[in-house]
Amino acid sequence: MLDVGRHPNIELLAYSEVEKIEGQAADFRVTVRRKARYVEEDKCTGCGACAEKCPTDVPDAFNEGLGTRKAIYNYFAQGIPSTHTIDADYCRQLIGKKCGICEKTCQADAINFDQEDRIIQLDVGAIIVAAGYDVFDPSLIPEYRYKEISNVVTAIEFERLLSASGPTGGHLDRPSDRAVQAEIAELEKRAKKSQRALDKFEKKYEEGSGKFYENYKAGQYKDDEDYKKWADKYAGHLAIVETLNTLKRKAETFAVAKRLAFIQCVGSRDFRFYPFCSGYCCMHSIKEAIIAHEHEPETQSTIFGMDIRAVGKGFEEYKARGGNKSEISYMRGRVAEITEGSGNNPIVTYENTLERKVESQEFDMVILATACAPTKAVFELAKILGIELDKYNFVKTNPQSPVDTSVPGIFVCGCAGSPMDVPESVAQASSAAGRAAEMVFQSQPEKEKAVA
Amino acid sequence: MPDMKDEDIRIGVFICHCGSNIAGYLDMEELSEYAEKLPHVTLVQRNLYSCSEAGISEIKKGIMEHDLNRVIVASCTPRTHEPLFRSSCAEAGLNPFLFEMVNIRDQCSWVHMQEREDGTNKAKDQIRMGVAKAALLEPQEPIMSDVQIRALIIGGGISGMTAALSLANRGYEVVLVEKENKLGGMLNRVNKLGPTMTDASDLVDGKILEVTEHPHITLFTSAKVNAAQGFIGKYQIDIETESGIKKIDFGVILIATGASVYTPEGLYGYDGQRIITQLEMERLFKKGLDPGIKNIVMIQCVGSRNEDRPYCSRICCQTAVKNAILVKDQIPEAKVSILYRDMQMYGVENEEMFRDSRAKGIRYINYDPARPPEVESNHVRVYHALLGREMSLSADLVVLSTPLIAHEDATEISQILRVPIDENGFFLEGHVKLRPLDFATDGIFLCGSAHFPANIREAVAQGLGAASRASIPLSQGSVVVEPIISFLANEDACIACGLCVALCPYGALEIQKTAKGEKVHVIDVACKGCGCCAAACPQNALDINHFRDRQIFAAIEAGGAGAR
Ligand SMILES: Cc1cc2nc3c(=O)[nH]c(=O)nc-3n(C[C@H](O)[C@H](O)[C@H](O)COP(=O)(O)OP(=O)(O)OC[C@H]3O[C@@H](n4cnc5c(N)ncnc54)[C@H](O)[C@@H]3O)c2cc1C
Ligand SMILES: Cc1cc2nc3c(=O)[nH]c(=O)nc-3n(C[C@H](O)[C@H](O)[C@H](O)COP(=O)(O)OP(=O)(O)OC[C@H]3O[C@@H](n4cnc5c(N)ncnc54)[C@H](O)[C@@H]3O)c2cc1C
Ligand code: SF4
Ligand code: SF4
Ligand code: SF4
Ligand code: SF4
Repeated sequence: MLDVGRHPNIELLAYSEVEKIEGQAADFRVTVRRKARYVEEDKCTGCGACAEKCPTDVPDAFNEGLGTRKAIYNYFAQGIPSTHTIDADYCRQLIGKKCGICEKTCQADAINFDQEDRIIQLDVGAIIVAAGYDVFDPSLIPEYRYKEISNVVTAIEFERLLSASGPTGGHLDRPSDRAVQAEIAELEKRAKKSQRALDKFEKKYEEGSGKFYENYKAGQYKDDEDYKKWADKYAGHLAIVETLNTLKRKAETFAVAKRLAFIQCVGSRDFRFYPFCSGYCCMHSIKEAIIAHEHEPETQSTIFGMDIRAVGKGFEEYKARGGNKSEISYMRGRVAEITEGSGNNPIVTYENTLERKVESQEFDMVILATACAPTKAVFELAKILGIELDKYNFVKTNPQSPVDTSVPGIFVCGCAGSPMDVPESVAQASSAAGRAAEMVFQSQPEKEKAVA
Repeated sequence: MPDMKDEDIRIGVFICHCGSNIAGYLDMEELSEYAEKLPHVTLVQRNLYSCSEAGISEIKKGIMEHDLNRVIVASCTPRTHEPLFRSSCAEAGLNPFLFEMVNIRDQCSWVHMQEREDGTNKAKDQIRMGVAKAALLEPQEPIMSDVQIRALIIGGGISGMTAALSLANRGYEVVLVEKENKLGGMLNRVNKLGPTMTDASDLVDGKILEVTEHPHITLFTSAKVNAAQGFIGKYQIDIETESGIKKIDFGVILIATGASVYTPEGLYGYDGQRIITQLEMERLFKKGLDPGIKNIVMIQCVGSRNEDRPYCSRICCQTAVKNAILVKDQIPEAKVSILYRDMQMYGVENEEMFRDSRAKGIRYINYDPARPPEVESNHVRVYHALLGREMSLSADLVVLSTPLIAHEDATEISQILRVPIDENGFFLEGHVKLRPLDFATDGIFLCGSAHFPANIREAVAQGLGAASRASIPLSQGSVVVEPIISFLANEDACIACGLCVALCPYGALEIQKTAKGEKVHVIDVACKGCGCCAAACPQNALDINHFRDRQIFAAIEAGGAGAR
């Protein structure tokens, strides 16, 4: 990423979308919308001081909504370019309230609330579509109860939980436990606030709230508005503290997730959704199980799948090593249902195809290996570019010319064409770049060709 | 270069506030006062953002007005900002390698946000160390070397031919060396190509014609690479051809030598007649399948995913499904069963082919490697793991799916070109995820089954990709290397023991005869400055530019001197 940002021959137009294409191979004219960031790119140094001070919290899309970010933000910590962006849907200033804190904070004078979308024209010789894929939404599968059972997460959410720079700093805290922790934090804030209110009364009447309350209830005080307020405040405070203590006691029993179930082919190889195999999900489940085991040596994982497709270089060995060293067991078969047991533990019901019986097993957390879904972005782009898609809405190619689309001069690489893992995407990226160069070279007049 | 006299060293220290990222957590006043007292420091300045246009122009002005000959910026991190500051120094006329960066943000203010005093003290230590090192820095010039605009491609299978055409179509001269007397590789022996079920010969013959007629491609069949010398941009290769040895210079090399099919001698009663491999099945198809065949059993993972060959060969499941479908298409009443461990039908097209095959009535039986199938005279007995019972399948023909394995001569090529192979004998790429088509050594690339079993789609994509990677030095015409590399700092000390030569992961060292006897020689453009050699040298003869022992020791001593 860093190399892309720094390369003299790469002009990076982030936060931009292609709107129109005219012309043909070797001579395209592309219309691009550069969306307003409300931050001047050439002034912002990416220091992040603004985000530090911004008072507005927004669910963090990069962390799969598992954490929060500010209304002025950098998509993620190592994002390139590091130019910050204001989220116009949340920014107080932009939705018409008063704020402008970032503008005051920014010492580079980069904030510009009046910025507007800009339309630019580019003349290019070739186009490469690398718009990737979407993660399948597993809430479409009712029997897995994703969203209903908090400890059922997707693989991508799980990656964020495993990440040292993720919302849990890499600890496998269960979402149900994190919800309780969040509630505790919220209650603590409220308890502090009501304590401050009580402090005022205590100072005013030079008496402790507890003692006052006892006496008040015993009817020792005359009917006074202020006393009544004090008493109500105190009763409210007691209620908060009690819930808080119950939750805290509960939280003491929390432990990181150690019994993990990985469910394969969620949305893939499934006629209701995508009949194809997404190719990379077997491997990332094995990887995630191995990493979880590295973080916490007591972790035990079960991977439920029809076939475990470990077909890349070194993958089968990785899988075998995972089984031996990282306490991963592989269970052949489809999972019928996930339900919730006591302690928010998900229960997986499946057919043990080797024993030929239906079994249930309790886990701390279930991870869904979701399909590589064709993205809407590719569908929209295809309309603009006039390229053909296959029946699933991946960009159509031929095995003998794997990065050429149906339109000369337009190429594709990575998951926009079909599901594939990182090494294959990287290799295809070079292929597409090579084809683009070949095409541009071929269309040069003969004289110039000789010089190269 | 001669050491500069002490009194001539003039260091400028620029301390960045990074907005409030640094200034919010460290005592900037104290830092600049401290820096002013350090030896050789002529100028200390604080910038709101050293990297902004204003900051850069202050640095440049400082260099010119105060005649600075060393510059230090104490700020964020060299990971992102060192190139910018270096080039700014160059613009002000200072050799960019007389610049040193000190990290007081990531390593001080960010990690010690709550400890203002300790954080400030640590920043002082780091600045003091930077100053000590900077005083000993030496100017360096970038290393440039010309690139011979010609590519060598070893192996004329589909991936090698694809790569050759891709480069040739961009006007580069290509020499293609094929060991056999005919181009085409494995595909010459394949019948139809899954998943499209087109004739393999159509694809191959078309490509062969294009290659042989291309004006920029020189083809040597029945030829091999005998010896190689040199480095990126300048390889001297000896090619042994039918008309003698040809010595040709190349800028880049692509390895596309493919792989062989494993012959399962001694497994499942393999006899090449009734019990055959998938490759032999391809030949049967080409000859025309005996319509009398009624029962076919295919066994997967024969000789793979075991102790000897732990890897999954990726393409044999696809091949089996393809051939099973072709049997059904020709003899609809035939019974075809595939005994498998996992059906590796990854992706969109493979899974589709897999589904079609089930619709056509091909039977899949999962077996447990602990209880493998047994081939008898005209039956195959197998324990059906999912049904939990032993079954016996009639079999007129048993087809064994054996893996692709590395060629016997892969080791030889790896030695000639000094590139690594993995534990299974396949060529080892520079980085499994991020550099799948490059070797660690610059200027050599790989594609196709030489890297790992691949189908046509993958082999073609990799051929195009490797050609694309190789075209980068070819199109630039020269390679420029950062001069942070190893050099023989003390020629007399070198005893030519060769330890460093053996250790260098990039093949950047060689022993040469000199007037003083045999000595090690660093091939500048090949060296990546990793420092393996300098660390290993028993004689301390080697040193790394810009990270010389004495520079690092000076920094360490300065660090220790401040111990509180
Ligand atoms: C949970 C999980 C774990 C994984 N783990 C691994 C692993 O360990 N190893 C591995 O090899 N693979 C792994 N993968 C697979 C890997 O994510 C993919 O192979 C890879 O991301 C594909 O890269 P891509 O560039 O094709 O697509 P993407 O990564 O999807 O990138 C596409 C980019 O295009 C942008 N874009 C989309 N539409 C437009 C538009 N209209 N205009 C401009 N830009 C647009 C998107 O914003 C995005 O930045 C994993 C996948 C998942 C889901
Ligand atoms: C039985 C079988 C069936 C298959 N069916 C299909 C299918 O249906 N669909 C599909 O997509 N794929 C199929 N494949 C895979 C396909 O064969 C490979 O994808 C393809 O051959 C890989 O091409 P390559 O160029 O990498 O290697 P190869 O085809 O192996 O070519 C390598 C070339 O390098 C030459 N060479 C080797 N060593 C040297 C040396 N030292 N010096 C010079 N030259 C050398 C070889 O002689 C050969 O010509 C099948 C494979 C097998 C074994
Ligand atoms: S907008 Fe200003 S404060 Fe925010 S990152 Fe950019 S330079 Fe820093
Ligand atoms: S890679 Fe594995 S989990 Fe993913 S769709 Fe294919 S078989 Fe299912
Ligand atoms: S591709 Fe299939 S037959 Fe080949 S090794 Fe892998 S699992 Fe076995
Ligand atoms: S290790 Fe040292 S002594 Fe030995 S060859 Fe290398 S430089 Fe010379």
